[in-house]
Amino acid sequence: MPQNTVTHPFETRGRYLSGNEAAAEGALAAGCRFYAGYPITPSSEIMEAMARDLPEMDGAFIQMEDEIASISAVIGASWTGTKAMTATSGPGISLMQECLGYAAFTETPIVVVDIQRAGPCTGQATKTGGGDIMAVKYGSHGDYQVVAFSPWSVQEMFTLTVEAFNWSERLRVPAFLLAEEAIGHLRERVDLPAEIEIYDRDYTPGEPPFGTEADDGVPSMPRFGDGENLLVTGSTHNERGFRKVEDPQVHDKLVRRLNRKVLARVKDVCQHESFHLEDAELIVVAYGFTARSALRAVTLARAQGLKTGLLRLITIWPFDRDLFGGLSKKNVPFLVPEMNLGQVAELVKAVVGQDRVTSLTQVNGTTITPAKILAAIEEAV
Amino acid sequence: MARALEKYLRKEVAGTPFCPGCGHGILLGLILRAIEGLKLDMQEMLFVSGIGCAAWIPSPNFKADTLHTLHGRAVAFATGAKLANPKLKVMVISGDGDLASIGGNHLIHAARRNIDLTVICANNMIYGMTGGQAAPTTPKDSKTATTIQGNPYPPFDLCRLVKAAGADYVARGAVVRPYDLIEYISRAVETPSFSFVEALSPCPTQYGRRNQQDTAAEMFDHLGRACTSGTKIDASQPIDIESVRLGELDDR
Repeated sequence: MPQNTVTHPFETRGRYLSGNEAAAEGALAAGCRFYAGYPITPSSEIMEAMARDLPEMDGAFIQMEDEIASISAVIGASWTGTKAMTATSGPGISLMQECLGYAAFTETPIVVVDIQRAGPCTGQATKTGGGDIMAVKYGSHGDYQVVAFSPWSVQEMFTLTVEAFNWSERLRVPAFLLAEEAIGHLRERVDLPAEIEIYDRDYTPGEPPFGTEADDGVPSMPRFGDGENLLVTGSTHNERGFRKVEDPQVHDKLVRRLNRKVLARVKDVCQHESFHLEDAELIVVAYGFTARSALRAVTLARAQGLKTGLLRLITIWPFDRDLFGGLSKKNVPFLVPEMNLGQVAELVKAVVGQDRVTSLTQVNGTTITPAKILAAIEEAV
Repeated sequence: MARALEKYLRKEVAGTPFCPGCGHGILLGLILRAIEGLKLDMQEMLFVSGIGCAAWIPSPNFKADTLHTLHGRAVAFATGAKLANPKLKVMVISGDGDLASIGGNHLIHAARRNIDLTVICANNMIYGMTGGQAAPTTPKDSKTATTIQGNPYPPFDLCRLVKAAGADYVARGAVVRPYDLIEYISRAVETPSFSFVEALSPCPTQYGRRNQQDTAAEMFDHLGRACTSGTKIDASQPIDIESVRLGELDDR
């Protein structure tokens, strides 16, 4: 999928970074040259890093008056041909929802880093959480798709931020780095790649910017100033951007293509990692920070002779239903530990059936321990 | 002259989207006359609008890059585009409800930052597109769909608000004084920092018929009588609804 290779602009070996610092560096490495944001715990270090580094890299940084303005500015910047990003946490995600729908509907590539904290509402601002899974996919009205990655390490805060940019550019969709506070504030040693593979949005002069002949195509994307007399609108529009707010066919065709263009590429976008699945009699499904605890729990269970495996989801959205469809043929039960009341567990249940899935939930502002997952494994097998 | 402006319009646009007697069509023409006078290249311009009748002045009519955004957010979208590509000449054209109510915070912060944007606020003093509800610019005691007994609240004086927030150039004009308004728009565009023009533009359909101005002609006549033109407006003095002062806001 990547078209270009660029050199990493910073030191690559033996770095000791926080997750938030790695996300900022990943964005810069991917070619992000615009950032707009608003202070919010626990994501603010990303904004501070971008404020420090962007001006030196011929980029633009601005602190806006709120999160709505931040994502609005990011969308405006993206249409100038600039890779653009914002970062926030739960309350900011709530405020950004209308603009996320705008970005999805106008096919604007943007990246949003969500460092999740304990919600709902203001909740526990400094404590970790994982309750934004549904919010980033279903928070705006209407039917649309996003891409969301869930990093489990500081290294992945870097690599998956690059992936988020690549997929937002490739598919012209909003892409999320959906991390928990526990990863954003984790400090680890990382060795970053010297060469970064990137994708830049496709542009063919004269091509329609909002439609393709294929019913799952991604159109060409011009920039402001290219002389294309762009008509960008959040109202229903035809392939040239003219408002068509009363034509049922235009709306149906547009909404279906916007969804199909992502769902047709699930196999390409979706990444996962498997541990001991071959002979597993119980599969733990985990993502983000919880996958670290889950891997430890599975290792401890194996030492006890309990045949368990771990399926680590790296891509959350689009959700890879076929992955679970394939695994469920063996008729093994699933255990889904997560820092919410079962948001991904419900997705798994929808594929493999209610009675095959145990949802292990925790919403107390702390991470789930390996001991807690191990106890649930012991109970389940 | 009218034909000379056709080069600025998309050939696909068949006619005006505005109601009979609406001032926005006049304002559309005045903005293009300012652009013509300044000999600006439309290919280097970006027109950003929000939601509402006035947001349809540039989109889809103007043959240039246009960004028709969400309700209230035009100034924030424009800020991002301008910062990411400073070569673009960015003009926001939107309504009073869009810019001053739902988007009021973005407006004052953009004025405070004083970044090079030109904001034209087509002020019809009411929510036109949604059926004539009260706006933050609706005069006190005016009747609207949501103030049947008369609006109990005073309106914003947008020019004083934006001036106080830090904008370098602020002026109030009206479509009944077209040549002055062209002048204000031209000066706003030439200002290398934040500029704001409030353009009073009658809405006979939603405002006039509820407020004893039954025809467009009566509305224009009333607005013409209410407006007094001066070369400078004293920014320390509030707006007087019975006698609307038009002109540029003094820096004092």
